[in-house]
Amino acid sequence: MPVATAFQTIGPYWHLLEHAEQADLTRFGAQGETIMLSGAIRDGNGDPVTDAAVELWQASPPADASFPGWGRARTDANGVYRFTTIRPGPVPGRGNTQQAPHFAITIFARGILTRLCTRAYFADDPRNGADPLLNLIDDPARRATLIAQSAGGTVWRFDMVLQGANETVFLDI
Amino acid sequence: MTDPITFRPAAAGSQPDNNSPQYRSTGARHPRQALLGWAHTVTETTGPQFHPTHFPPIADLTAGGVMGERIIVRGRVTDEDGHAVPNTMIEVWQANAAGRYNHPGDTHDAPLDPNFSGEGRVFTDANGWYQYLTIKPGAYPWGNHANAWRPNHIHYSLFGTGFATRLITQMYFPGDPLLALDPIFHTVPDEAARNRLVATFDLDVTRQDYALGYRFDVVLRGRLATPMEG
Ligand SMILES: [Fe+2]
Repeated sequence: MPVATAFQTIGPYWHLLEHAEQADLTRFGAQGETIMLSGAIRDGNGDPVTDAAVELWQASPPADASFPGWGRARTDANGVYRFTTIRPGPVPGRGNTQQAPHFAITIFARGILTRLCTRAYFADDPRNGADPLLNLIDDPARRATLIAQSAGGTVWRFDMVLQGANETVFLDI
Repeated sequence: MTDPITFRPAAAGSQPDNNSPQYRSTGARHPRQALLGWAHTVTETTGPQFHPTHFPPIADLTAGGVMGERIIVRGRVTDEDGHAVPNTMIEVWQANAAGRYNHPGDTHDAPLDPNFSGEGRVFTDANGWYQYLTIKPGAYPWGNHANAWRPNHIHYSLFGTGFATRLITQMYFPGDPLLALDPIFHTVPDEAARNRLVATFDLDVTRQDYALGYRFDVVLRGRLATPMEG
Protein backbone atom coordinates (compact mmCIF):
# COMPACT_ATOMS: atom_id res chain seq x y z
CA MET A 1 0.00 0.00 0.00
CA PRO A 2 1.52 3.37 -0.97
CA VAL A 3 2.26 5.81 1.86
CA ALA A 4 1.56 9.53 1.63
CA THR A 5 4.56 11.71 0.77
CA ALA A 6 6.28 13.36 3.74
CA PHE A 7 5.85 17.03 4.53
CA GLN A 8 8.81 19.40 4.51
CA THR A 9 8.73 22.94 5.82
CA ILE A 10 7.40 25.72 3.58
CA GLY A 11 10.55 27.66 4.57
CA PRO A 12 11.11 31.43 4.57
CA TYR A 13 10.90 31.98 0.80
CA TRP A 14 7.36 30.76 0.02
CA HIS A 15 6.40 34.34 -0.96
CA LEU A 16 7.63 33.47 -4.47
CA LEU A 17 4.16 32.03 -4.96
CA GLU A 18 2.33 34.72 -3.02
CA HIS A 19 -0.35 36.68 -4.86
CA ALA A 20 -1.76 39.25 -2.47
CA GLU A 21 -5.22 39.15 -4.05
CA GLN A 22 -5.60 35.55 -2.84
CA ALA A 23 -6.29 36.94 0.64
CA ASP A 24 -9.54 38.40 -0.72
CA LEU A 25 -12.05 35.59 -1.26
CA THR A 26 -14.64 38.07 -2.53
CA ARG A 27 -12.56 39.13 -5.54
CA PHE A 28 -14.59 37.09 -8.04
CA GLY A 29 -17.83 38.84 -7.07
CA ALA A 30 -19.12 36.62 -4.27
CA GLN A 31 -22.48 37.55 -2.72
CA GLY A 32 -23.05 37.54 1.02
CA GLU A 33 -21.98 39.31 4.19
CA THR A 34 -18.43 40.50 3.57
CA ILE A 35 -16.21 40.42 6.63
CA MET A 36 -12.52 40.76 7.45
CA LEU A 37 -10.75 38.12 9.53
CA SER A 38 -7.46 39.32 10.92
CA GLY A 39 -5.09 38.49 13.72
CA ALA A 40 -1.54 38.21 14.94
CA ILE A 41 0.52 35.04 15.27
CA ARG A 42 3.06 34.73 18.09
CA ASP A 43 5.62 32.04 18.86
CA GLY A 44 6.68 30.49 22.17
CA ASN A 45 8.92 33.46 22.95
CA GLY A 46 6.08 35.90 22.42
CA ASP A 47 7.65 37.13 19.20
CA PRO A 48 5.53 37.83 16.13
CA VAL A 49 5.74 35.18 13.42
CA THR A 50 6.54 37.41 10.47
CA ASP A 51 7.09 34.88 7.69
CA ALA A 52 4.03 32.62 7.88
CA ALA A 53 1.67 31.57 5.12
CA VAL A 54 -1.85 31.47 6.56
CA GLU A 55 -4.51 29.61 4.62
CA LEU A 56 -8.25 29.80 5.13
CA TRP A 57 -10.79 27.23 3.98
CA GLN A 58 -14.53 27.32 4.48
CA ALA A 59 -17.10 24.78 3.34
CA SER A 60 -19.85 27.41 3.60
CA PRO A 61 -20.99 29.16 1.51
CA PRO A 62 -20.23 26.42 -1.04
CA ALA A 63 -17.39 27.25 -3.41
CA ASP A 64 -18.43 28.19 -6.93
CA ALA A 65 -17.19 30.32 -9.81
CA SER A 66 -17.65 33.51 -7.80
CA PHE A 67 -16.34 32.20 -4.47
CA PRO A 68 -13.20 30.03 -4.13
CA GLY A 69 -13.74 29.13 -0.44
CA TRP A 70 -9.95 29.29 -0.03
CA GLY A 71 -7.47 32.07 0.54
CA ARG A 72 -3.84 32.57 1.44
CA ALA A 73 -2.30 35.52 3.27
CA ARG A 74 1.15 36.40 4.55
CA THR A 75 1.89 37.61 8.04
CA ASP A 76 3.49 41.05 8.05
CA ALA A 77 6.31 42.52 10.17
CA ASN A 78 3.94 42.49 13.18
CA GLY A 79 2.89 38.90 12.62
CA VAL A 80 -0.52 40.04 11.37
CA TYR A 81 -2.53 38.38 8.58
CA ARG A 82 -5.72 39.66 6.97
CA PHE A 83 -8.47 37.96 4.95
CA THR A 84 -11.55 39.40 3.33
CA THR A 85 -14.26 36.81 2.87
CA ILE A 86 -17.95 35.94 3.18
CA ARG A 87 -19.27 35.07 6.63
CA PRO A 88 -19.97 31.31 6.62
CA GLY A 89 -23.14 29.59 7.77
CA PRO A 90 -23.39 26.30 9.68
CA VAL A 91 -22.40 23.01 8.03
CA PRO A 92 -23.36 19.42 8.90
CA GLY A 93 -21.33 17.54 11.49
CA ARG A 94 -21.13 13.79 11.83
CA GLY A 95 -24.34 11.94 12.57
CA ASN A 96 -27.24 14.32 13.07
CA THR A 97 -25.13 17.16 14.45
CA GLN A 98 -24.67 20.65 13.09
CA GLN A 99 -21.39 22.54 13.26
CA ALA A 100 -21.43 26.21 14.17
CA PRO A 101 -20.11 28.55 11.44
CA HIS A 102 -16.32 28.38 11.33
CA PHE A 103 -13.20 28.76 9.24
CA ALA A 104 -10.52 26.08 8.93
CA ILE A 105 -7.18 27.85 9.37
CA THR A 106 -3.76 26.48 8.47
CA ILE A 107 -0.37 27.94 9.39
CA PHE A 108 2.71 27.09 7.35
CA ALA A 109 6.05 28.67 8.23
CA ARG A 110 9.78 28.25 8.57
CA GLY A 111 10.27 26.14 11.69
CA ILE A 112 6.98 24.29 11.13
CA LEU A 113 7.72 21.03 9.35
CA THR A 114 4.17 20.03 8.54
CA ARG A 115 1.33 22.47 9.17
CA LEU A 116 -0.67 23.70 12.13
CA CYS A 117 -4.44 23.48 11.72
CA THR A 118 -7.10 25.12 13.81
CA ARG A 119 -10.58 26.63 13.52
CA ALA A 120 -12.00 30.11 14.04
CA TYR A 121 -15.60 30.40 15.28
CA PHE A 122 -17.59 33.62 15.82
CA ALA A 123 -17.97 34.92 19.39
CA ASP A 124 -21.54 36.14 18.79
CA ASP A 125 -22.93 32.86 17.44
CA PRO A 126 -25.24 31.02 19.87
CA ARG A 127 -24.70 27.78 17.94
CA ASN A 128 -21.15 27.54 19.35
CA GLY A 129 -22.63 25.98 22.50
CA ALA A 130 -23.77 22.93 20.53
CA ASP A 131 -20.71 22.64 18.28
CA PRO A 132 -19.28 19.09 18.51
CA LEU A 133 -15.65 20.16 18.15
CA LEU A 134 -15.81 22.99 20.66
CA ASN A 135 -17.52 20.63 23.09
CA LEU A 136 -14.51 18.30 22.96
CA ILE A 137 -12.50 20.99 24.77
CA ASP A 138 -13.29 21.06 28.49
CA ASP A 139 -11.08 23.95 29.56
CA PRO A 140 -12.91 27.24 28.78
CA ALA A 141 -9.60 29.07 28.35
CA ARG A 142 -8.46 26.53 25.76
CA ARG A 143 -11.84 26.63 24.01
CA ALA A 144 -11.59 30.41 23.85
CA THR A 145 -8.51 30.13 21.62
CA LEU A 146 -10.83 29.02 18.80
CA ILE A 147 -13.18 32.00 19.07
CA ALA A 148 -12.76 35.07 16.87
CA GLN A 149 -13.78 38.27 18.65
CA SER A 150 -15.61 41.18 17.10
CA ALA A 151 -13.28 44.09 16.46
CA GLY A 152 -16.15 46.37 15.49
CA GLY A 153 -18.23 46.55 12.33
CA THR A 154 -17.42 43.70 9.97
CA VAL A 155 -13.94 43.04 11.37
CA TRP A 156 -13.19 39.86 13.34
CA ARG A 157 -10.00 39.36 15.30
CA PHE A 158 -8.45 35.89 15.59
CA ASP A 159 -4.98 35.73 17.14
CA MET A 160 -2.97 32.52 17.34
CA VAL A 161 -0.18 31.44 19.67
CA LEU A 162 2.04 28.59 18.47
CA GLN A 163 3.43 27.59 21.86
CA GLY A 164 3.27 28.23 25.60
CA ALA A 165 0.83 30.37 27.58
CA ASN A 166 -2.49 30.78 25.73
CA GLU A 167 -1.33 28.25 23.13
CA THR A 168 -3.99 27.86 20.44
CA VAL A 169 -5.76 24.51 20.24
CA PHE A 170 -4.37 22.84 17.12
CA LEU A 171 -6.13 19.93 15.47
CA ASP A 172 -4.87 16.54 14.40
CA ILE A 173 -6.29 16.66 10.88
CA MET B 1 -27.22 12.16 5.72
CA THR B 2 -24.22 9.85 5.30
CA ASP B 3 -21.08 10.75 7.19
CA PRO B 4 -18.09 11.65 5.02
CA ILE B 5 -15.37 9.00 4.74
CA THR B 6 -12.41 10.15 6.79
CA PHE B 7 -8.84 10.31 5.53
CA ARG B 8 -6.26 7.86 6.80
CA PRO B 9 -3.86 8.89 9.57
CA ALA B 10 -0.17 9.07 8.69
CA ALA B 11 1.76 5.79 8.57
CA ALA B 12 4.20 5.44 11.49
CA GLY B 13 7.47 7.28 10.89
CA SER B 14 6.37 8.67 7.55
CA GLN B 15 5.95 12.32 8.64
CA PRO B 16 8.24 14.75 10.47
CA ASP B 17 7.65 15.74 14.09
CA ASN B 18 7.14 19.51 14.40
CA ASN B 19 9.33 19.28 17.50
CA SER B 20 12.61 18.47 15.74
CA PRO B 21 15.43 20.19 17.68
CA GLN B 22 18.04 19.47 14.99
CA TYR B 23 16.11 22.03 12.90
CA ARG B 24 16.56 24.96 15.25
CA SER B 25 13.66 27.14 14.11
CA THR B 26 11.20 24.52 15.37
CA GLY B 27 12.13 25.42 18.98
CA ALA B 28 9.56 28.15 19.61
CA ARG B 29 7.21 27.20 16.79
CA HIS B 30 5.87 23.76 17.74
CA PRO B 31 2.80 23.36 19.96
CA ARG B 32 3.50 21.76 23.34
CA GLN B 33 -0.10 20.69 23.93
CA ALA B 34 -1.35 17.51 22.30
CA LEU B 35 -3.18 18.03 19.02
CA LEU B 36 -6.94 17.60 19.31
CA GLY B 37 -8.08 14.44 17.54
CA TRP B 38 -11.23 14.78 15.52
CA ALA B 39 -13.25 12.62 13.11
CA HIS B 40 -13.31 14.41 9.77
CA THR B 41 -16.38 16.34 8.72
CA VAL B 42 -17.27 18.14 5.52
CA THR B 43 -14.81 20.85 6.59
CA GLU B 44 -11.90 18.42 6.32
CA THR B 45 -13.08 16.08 3.57
CA THR B 46 -13.84 18.81 1.06
CA GLY B 47 -11.34 21.41 -0.09
CA PRO B 48 -10.58 24.10 -2.61
CA GLN B 49 -10.67 23.20 -6.27
CA PHE B 50 -8.55 25.35 -8.54
CA HIS B 51 -9.16 26.09 -12.17
CA PRO B 52 -6.57 27.25 -14.71
CA THR B 53 -8.85 30.18 -15.59
CA HIS B 54 -8.13 31.81 -12.24
CA PHE B 55 -4.76 30.14 -11.68
CA PRO B 56 -2.98 30.19 -15.07
CA PRO B 57 -0.29 27.52 -15.44
CA ILE B 58 3.40 28.47 -15.42
CA ALA B 59 4.93 25.27 -16.82
CA ASP B 60 8.10 26.88 -18.21
CA LEU B 61 10.16 28.59 -15.51
CA THR B 62 12.95 29.22 -18.04
CA ALA B 63 11.00 31.62 -20.27
CA GLY B 64 13.01 34.70 -21.12
CA GLY B 65 16.34 32.90 -21.11
CA VAL B 66 17.45 32.01 -17.61
CA MET B 67 20.92 30.94 -16.56
CA GLY B 68 21.55 27.40 -15.43
CA GLU B 69 21.19 23.74 -16.26
CA ARG B 70 17.77 23.17 -17.88
CA ILE B 71 15.83 20.23 -16.45
CA ILE B 72 12.44 18.65 -17.07
CA VAL B 73 10.55 17.38 -14.02
CA ARG B 74 7.76 14.91 -14.63
CA GLY B 75 5.76 12.79 -12.26
CA ARG B 76 2.43 11.40 -11.22
CA VAL B 77 0.19 12.33 -8.34
CA THR B 78 -1.74 9.41 -6.83
CA ASP B 79 -3.33 8.74 -3.47
CA GLU B 80 -2.69 6.01 -0.89
CA ASP B 81 -5.42 3.96 -2.51
CA GLY B 82 -3.47 3.95 -5.77
CA HIS B 83 -5.89 6.22 -7.61
CA ALA B 84 -4.65 9.01 -9.85
CA VAL B 85 -5.37 12.54 -8.59
CA PRO B 86 -6.49 14.32 -11.77
CA ASN B 87 -6.75 18.06 -12.48
CA THR B 88 -5.13 19.06 -9.21
CA MET B 89 -2.97 22.16 -8.87
CA ILE B 90 0.72 21.88 -8.03
CA GLU B 91 2.68 24.98 -7.06
CA VAL B 92 6.49 24.89 -7.12
CA TRP B 93 9.11 27.45 -6.12
CA GLN B 94 12.89 27.35 -6.04
CA ALA B 95 16.22 29.14 -5.87
CA ASN B 96 18.00 30.05 -9.08
CA ALA B 97 20.99 28.13 -10.44
CA ALA B 98 23.32 30.10 -8.16
CA GLY B 99 21.37 29.16 -5.03
CA ARG B 100 19.62 32.51 -4.58
CA TYR B 101 15.88 33.11 -4.21
CA ASN B 102 14.23 36.07 -5.90
CA HIS B 103 13.15 37.17 -2.43
CA PRO B 104 14.00 40.23 -0.33
CA GLY B 105 14.72 38.02 2.67
CA ASP B 106 17.44 36.06 0.87
CA THR B 107 20.78 37.78 1.52
CA HIS B 108 23.02 34.99 0.23
CA ASP B 109 25.90 36.54 -1.71
CA ALA B 110 25.11 34.85 -5.02
CA PRO B 111 23.88 36.52 -8.22
CA LEU B 112 20.20 37.07 -8.93
CA ASP B 113 18.96 36.18 -12.41
CA PRO B 114 16.68 38.99 -13.62
CA ASN B 115 14.79 36.54 -15.85
CA PHE B 116 14.12 33.96 -13.17
CA SER B 117 11.22 34.39 -10.75
CA GLY B 118 11.36 30.82 -9.45
CA GLU B 119 7.59 30.32 -9.41
CA GLY B 120 5.80 27.52 -11.25
CA ARG B 121 2.22 26.23 -11.35
CA VAL B 122 0.94 23.16 -13.17
CA PHE B 123 -2.13 20.96 -13.14
CA THR B 124 -2.19 17.18 -13.31
CA ASP B 125 -3.89 15.65 -16.35
CA ALA B 126 -6.74 13.13 -16.28
CA ASN B 127 -4.30 10.38 -15.22
CA GLY B 128 -2.48 12.39 -12.55
CA TRP B 129 0.60 13.28 -14.63
CA TYR B 130 2.33 16.66 -14.45
CA GLN B 131 5.44 18.16 -16.02
CA TYR B 132 7.36 21.41 -16.01
CA LEU B 133 10.59 22.85 -17.39
CA THR B 134 13.01 24.68 -15.13
CA ILE B 135 16.68 24.94 -14.18
CA LYS B 136 18.39 22.95 -11.47
CA PRO B 137 18.37 25.05 -8.30
CA GLY B 138 21.68 25.68 -6.57
CA ALA B 139 22.56 24.69 -3.02
CA TYR B 140 22.55 27.56 -0.53
CA PRO B 141 23.87 28.23 2.97
CA TRP B 142 21.59 28.77 5.95
CA GLY B 143 22.06 29.65 9.59
CA ASN B 144 20.99 26.44 11.31
CA HIS B 145 24.51 25.42 12.38
CA ALA B 146 28.11 26.04 11.34
CA ASN B 147 28.66 25.60 7.60
CA ALA B 148 25.07 24.49 7.02
CA TRP B 149 23.98 24.13 3.37
CA ARG B 150 20.59 23.11 2.04
CA PRO B 151 20.78 20.40 -0.62
CA ASN B 152 19.44 21.27 -4.06
CA HIS B 153 15.67 21.22 -3.79
CA ILE B 154 12.42 22.40 -5.34
CA HIS B 155 9.53 23.31 -3.01
CA TYR B 156 6.13 21.72 -3.76
CA SER B 157 2.59 22.63 -2.74
CA LEU B 158 -0.33 20.28 -3.48
CA PHE B 159 -4.00 20.41 -2.53
CA GLY B 160 -5.66 17.15 -3.58
CA THR B 161 -9.36 16.62 -3.02
CA GLY B 162 -9.86 17.81 0.57
CA PHE B 163 -8.60 20.12 3.27
CA ALA B 164 -7.05 17.00 4.83
CA THR B 165 -4.96 16.17 1.75
CA ARG B 166 -3.02 19.44 1.67
CA LEU B 167 0.72 18.84 1.32
CA ILE B 168 3.79 21.08 1.37
CA THR B 169 7.05 19.29 0.67
CA GLN B 170 10.42 19.49 -1.08
CA MET B 171 11.85 17.49 -3.97
CA TYR B 172 15.54 16.64 -3.72
CA PHE B 173 18.05 15.43 -6.33
CA PRO B 174 19.73 12.02 -6.47
CA GLY B 175 23.36 11.71 -5.47
CA ASP B 176 23.46 14.98 -3.54
CA PRO B 177 26.16 14.73 -0.84
CA LEU B 178 24.35 17.37 1.23
CA LEU B 179 21.36 15.07 1.82
CA ALA B 180 23.27 13.08 4.42
CA LEU B 181 23.93 16.31 6.34
CA ASP B 182 20.57 18.09 6.01
CA PRO B 183 18.56 18.32 9.27
CA ILE B 184 15.32 19.16 7.46
CA PHE B 185 15.51 16.10 5.18
CA HIS B 186 16.29 13.97 8.23
CA THR B 187 13.22 15.10 10.16
CA VAL B 188 11.40 12.32 8.30
CA PRO B 189 12.09 9.36 10.59
CA ASP B 190 11.48 6.51 8.17
CA GLU B 191 14.35 6.06 5.71
CA ALA B 192 12.16 4.80 2.88
CA ALA B 193 9.74 7.71 3.34
CA ARG B 194 12.68 10.11 3.36
CA ASN B 195 14.15 8.66 0.21
CA ARG B 196 10.84 9.04 -1.61
CA LEU B 197 11.50 12.80 -1.44
CA VAL B 198 14.46 12.27 -3.77
CA ALA B 199 13.66 12.45 -7.48
CA THR B 200 15.12 9.85 -9.81
CA PHE B 201 17.07 10.60 -12.97
CA ASP B 202 14.96 9.40 -15.89
CA LEU B 203 16.33 8.97 -19.39
CA ASP B 204 12.79 8.69 -20.76
CA VAL B 205 12.01 12.19 -19.46
CA THR B 206 15.37 13.51 -20.69
CA ARG B 207 15.08 15.29 -24.04
CA GLN B 208 17.95 14.76 -26.48
CA ASP B 209 20.21 17.78 -27.00
CA TYR B 210 18.03 19.83 -24.64
CA ALA B 211 17.56 18.92 -20.97
CA LEU B 212 18.01 16.19 -18.37
CA GLY B 213 14.81 14.68 -17.02
CA TYR B 214 13.83 13.81 -13.47
CA ARG B 215 10.86 11.82 -12.20
CA PHE B 216 9.13 12.83 -8.98
CA ASP B 217 5.90 11.14 -7.91
CA VAL B 218 3.74 12.37 -5.06
CA VAL B 219 1.29 10.35 -2.96
CA LEU B 220 -1.56 12.14 -1.18
CA ARG B 221 -3.56 10.72 1.71
CA GLY B 222 -6.13 8.02 1.00
CA ARG B 223 -9.45 7.32 2.65
CA LEU B 224 -9.75 5.20 5.76
CA ALA B 225 -12.32 2.95 4.13
CA THR B 226 -13.63 2.55 0.62
CA PRO B 227 -17.08 4.09 0.27
CA MET B 228 -19.85 1.64 -0.47
CA GLU B 229 -21.06 1.97 -4.04
CA GLY B 230 -24.78 2.11 -4.79
FE1 LIG C 1 14.39 26.33 -0.13
